[in-house]
Amino acid sequence: MAANPVVFATRVDKVGARAQFSRAVRIVLVVAYAVISMIPIFWMVTAAFKSRPDVLAIPPKVAFEPTLEGIVSLLTKRSVIPPGQEDQYRNRPDLGLFDRIMIERGQVITGPSQYTQRLLNSVIVAGISTILSVALGVLAAYAFSRFDVPGKGDWLFFILSTRMLPAVVVTIPIFLMYQQLRLYDTHLGLILLYTTFNLSFSVWLLKGFIDEIPKEYEEAALVDGYSRMQAFRKVVLPQAVTGIAATFVFCFIFAWNEFAFALMLTSERARTAPPSIPTMLGTGGIEWAAIAAGTLGFLIPVIIITFALRDYLLRGVTFGALRK
Amino acid sequence: MADIELQQVEKRFDEMFAVRPLDLTIKDGEFVALLGPSGCGKTTTLRMIAGLETTSGGRIILNGKDVTRLKPSERDVAMVFQFFALYPHLTTRENIAFPLQAEGETKSNIEQRVREVAAMLRVEPLLKLRPGSLSSGDQQRVALARALVRRPACFLMDEPLGALDADFRESMRSEIKHLHLQQKGTTVYVTHDQIEAMAMADRIVVMNQGEVQQVGTPAEVYHTPRNLFVARFIGSPGMNLVRGVWAGDHVSLPLDNRYKLPAQWQAALYGVPAENGITIGFRTEDVLLRADGPLAGTVISAGLLGSFTMLAIDLGDGQSIIEARVSRDMRVSAGDHVRFDLKPDMVRVFDSKTERAIQPA
Repeated sequence: MAANPVVFATRVDKVGARAQFSRAVRIVLVVAYAVISMIPIFWMVTAAFKSRPDVLAIPPKVAFEPTLEGIVSLLTKRSVIPPGQEDQYRNRPDLGLFDRIMIERGQVITGPSQYTQRLLNSVIVAGISTILSVALGVLAAYAFSRFDVPGKGDWLFFILSTRMLPAVVVTIPIFLMYQQLRLYDTHLGLILLYTTFNLSFSVWLLKGFIDEIPKEYEEAALVDGYSRMQAFRKVVLPQAVTGIAATFVFCFIFAWNEFAFALMLTSERARTAPPSIPTMLGTGGIEWAAIAAGTLGFLIPVIIITFALRDYLLRGVTFGALRK
Repeated sequence: MADIELQQVEKRFDEMFAVRPLDLTIKDGEFVALLGPSGCGKTTTLRMIAGLETTSGGRIILNGKDVTRLKPSERDVAMVFQFFALYPHLTTRENIAFPLQAEGETKSNIEQRVREVAAMLRVEPLLKLRPGSLSSGDQQRVALARALVRRPACFLMDEPLGALDADFRESMRSEIKHLHLQQKGTTVYVTHDQIEAMAMADRIVVMNQGEVQQVGTPAEVYHTPRNLFVARFIGSPGMNLVRGVWAGDHVSLPLDNRYKLPAQWQAALYGVPAENGITIGFRTEDVLLRADGPLAGTVISAGLLGSFTMLAIDLGDGQSIIEARVSRDMRVSAGDHVRFDLKPDMVRVFDSKTERAIQPA
């Protein structure tokens, strides 16, 4: 019977010349798009390690001699060495690596810059406000998902409506209120603001995730001898981890990147990284290398968090498709 | 173990009754099935016993104690859900141990009890697996193990076999029955499958539209249904029901068929208003094909169903079609004209208007 056994089987429409051509076109398009998207990031990463003439060179230099100049100027305060005194500085015995780099540019380090403090402010504000908005959000979302909260629809709409106005519209009133309330230039002020802002988002997103968890699991736990809160902790939370992680990342990125409020509502103590990076003007011209280095340092925490939670994020995106 | 008493228990959503006031006493160790079509209130009743649903009125008494206002965790009941509700993030062992951990049992005690129950339900090889990798039958066994492990006052089961394949359902049915006989635990079992209820329950509570239709042993609900709903719902197929008119000494049925009812009915039927009409009911196996039978009809289909042949017989007006279970040796085919009689003791009579059964005098 089987004189010509089928050795392999494949769909003819996927090996034809036309199919292969369209596949190639699609790949080229995707790769081109990826490359174009990466150009600013590539520029930023390279600029962070370029010397001052290299950053400004036109056409931009792709091959260059890397230097730590940008990073050092980011992290330090400096002053210009008066003419004729270079040798005097150069021969001092207490010079570190950073000092030597800057002396070549005719500058002397006078102290640390505020960059680390501002990055730390960003970590504090974004971190605490994200934890708060996810924690409050998951409780609110559970209540909205499972209980007959009176006026549930109205509440949910109200929560969503806080997102309808562009945030910038309320910066002036909030600025005035914050001055009265002594929240101006405090960590608490920004944390409250970002928590409020992210809460609407986290309630809605998490409600979707919790709605997907069948309520029979909690009911089983209730019958098995657990209280509602214990059932929530032991049965609902572990199953909502994906949604919680996804919400966490989104809230963190928002709080981390927020610019307008941070610019208006902080000056010294609580100023976060986003409004401080663009103001890093050097002596006699914009320090592109320092700004690029600052932006790079600013990106790293987000990259770490997103990578750490990427499995959850991916599952979060396909959540609805995998169940039932 | 314990007995369960429902006193005038009811459930309303706004002004709609989900369960009308219901009285029911379940004895210690009894297996009671709540049976009815979907939306009849059987699951709501079970959930009220569990405490997952509040009552709108009445009292629930568990082992002599009023539990109406208690939380589920304070009632000492165990529940098996239709879709098992095994915690997906826990292994089989952790799932079974879960109720014991709520009680704060010691580790070694938990381990021992889990092992006992796992052996009883033959799920020992699955202890390290998560529910997602188990077959639905194994999931159901684990769910049963989780219910059994705590030795609760009573077991509540909400269509536990509903999510299983047909061939598996039968073996699980006997397994649950066997467990019940072993454990002697008071069990309330919700199902829409009357065969399941007949096969397993000591007593069946037939419900429809939030109302109890009849409470009785499987034999009682099968042989003496209290109304037309129970007559139709119990048995596969349900009772044959033919409308007729009571004419003093016989029932006049479609196409000049006359059926003389046994003497004990005569007196009872005088109480029925003539305009109501009556319906006579009989099971398929109580139809006797006989050349001298008082009733006649035309066979419209005949199908061999293994050990017997099922006939559909039209009494003549195109609407009164009855089914008859006859010996498979009987040579009958569609289009044949047949005469038949009914087993006199097995005939039931209903008031067509009130739909209630009429009791023979």
